[in-house]
Amino acid sequence: MDLFLQQTTNALALGGTYALLALGLAVVFSIMGLINFAHGELMTIAGYVLMYCGIAGVPFVVSVPLAICASMVAAVLMERIAFRPVRNGSGATMLITSFAVAMILQVLFQNFISARSQAVLLPAFLSDSFKIGGMVIGVNKIVAIVATVVMLIFLDRFMNHQKTGIAMRAAAEDFAVARLMGIRANTVIAGAFALSGLLAGVAAVLWVSQRASVDPLMGFTPVLKAFIAAILGGLGSLRGAVAGGFTLGFIEVYLAAFLPPELQEFRDPIGLCIVVVLLLFRPNGLVPSSVLKAVKV
Amino acid sequence: MPLLSVDSLQVRYGAVEAVRGIGFEIHPGEIVAFLGANGAGKSSTLNALAGLVPVASGRVVFDGTDITHHAPERLAPMGMTLTPEGRRIFGTLTVEENLRMGAYGVSDRAEMDAAWARVYELFPILFERRSQYAGTLSGGQQQMLAVGRSLMSNPRLLLLDEPSLGLAPKIVEQIFELIGVLRDQGVTLVVVEQNVAMALEIADRGYVMSGGRIVSSGTAGDLSQADRLQAAYLGAE
Repeated sequence: MDLFLQQTTNALALGGTYALLALGLAVVFSIMGLINFAHGELMTIAGYVLMYCGIAGVPFVVSVPLAICASMVAAVLMERIAFRPVRNGSGATMLITSFAVAMILQVLFQNFISARSQAVLLPAFLSDSFKIGGMVIGVNKIVAIVATVVMLIFLDRFMNHQKTGIAMRAAAEDFAVARLMGIRANTVIAGAFALSGLLAGVAAVLWVSQRASVDPLMGFTPVLKAFIAAILGGLGSLRGAVAGGFTLGFIEVYLAAFLPPELQEFRDPIGLCIVVVLLLFRPNGLVPSSVLKAVKV
Repeated sequence: MPLLSVDSLQVRYGAVEAVRGIGFEIHPGEIVAFLGANGAGKSSTLNALAGLVPVASGRVVFDGTDITHHAPERLAPMGMTLTPEGRRIFGTLTVEENLRMGAYGVSDRAEMDAAWARVYELFPILFERRSQYAGTLSGGQQQMLAVGRSLMSNPRLLLLDEPSLGLAPKIVEQIFELIGVLRDQGVTLVVVEQNVAMALEIADRGYVMSGGRIVSSGTAGDLSQADRLQAAYLGAE
């Protein structure tokens, strides 16, 4: 029982990180139909900021907001430089553009920072753990869960009560009519990217605080997982992204914990099979986007 | 001076020429109807005026400003807006949020309060349903919301695209009554309508379109007798 609860805590921490990343993808996708595969590189940028801050001796309470800001600024610049010129292009054009952005950034990291993994100095308390009953829980897991909850509450309030947030929901449903209302396309899209950068920045801090290292390709795995989570939840649906992120986190952690040792090497394929089976029963995702114009065959 | 003047307006979708160089003027305080069969280019004209589809050539001047190539989001703050065909309300937003979006460009507090008061007075049902998701409203209520949302920006010129489409006769009557009320409140209106009889009853003037051109124009009284109206609908052009 203790093991189960302990693994559930781990699953919440990992699922929460996936949820934040999937939300970042979903916010941008819902508004401009772009799946931004360079989302992972926003995490890498935030990770490097944490690394340099650690080297320079900047306290963690300062370096975390700096890293998150860097990721937001990078996201807005990415939109301005790479995605705005192809905004009216097809989904495929935007997708390929996002791959290009991701690869260019990876090469820049490799050439100007280091091709190898770099250690990130983290405050000691993050690697502490404490006991509740028979459970051993890492501080970093608790931090991840708290940060996820805070971000989800913030996002909910922003999307439902702030004028800009409501405008983003309106634009996600009908961009042309939103513009008729006087909602500026550039503002809404830049806002969506800033929000996705914020989510990627927070996710990066959580991701790095579990691993204490950054490398140029670090963003690839989490963004791939976030993509799977976003599809599983229902692409373009924000609630779906959260549901998909947590579901994927639970699947991965429980499989790692409870699969018999002889099956452990098949853990990832088994996890993906579960995702495929879930999609067979819910082809539009767990919480489909309400504005999805689904094509039934 | 006309509120809106349009000169040799041309709209293309690829190789298809939807509007073939039309010109017209709208004067303050008028209700002007655009009539014609499906595919005559009426909606394309309105969409081009609102900036939703690009103008291939020609010139559109609103209140002395050339708006031919303005982005759609710049028009509402200038005092011109479109209530699009098919209502296109934001179904996943509440009624109140829809209206709030309509007033997106309004920053003046008093103007905003006046807009809320006006819309809720015109449509008490929207006040009753204000926290309901707009997608759950009936067709007639959605049309009222679509018009109400447009009114939130205090337009001087309101373009209405097929406001009676798909609505029950009783609701259609209400919509046309509303058009009269809006004119009395000082709004200039351009109405694209399939319901010719009712449109000509309420309008001051009308333009008849066919095949992307204006084939006839005149006062509503003239048009209701003219043969060209019939010709435009029957395709005898």
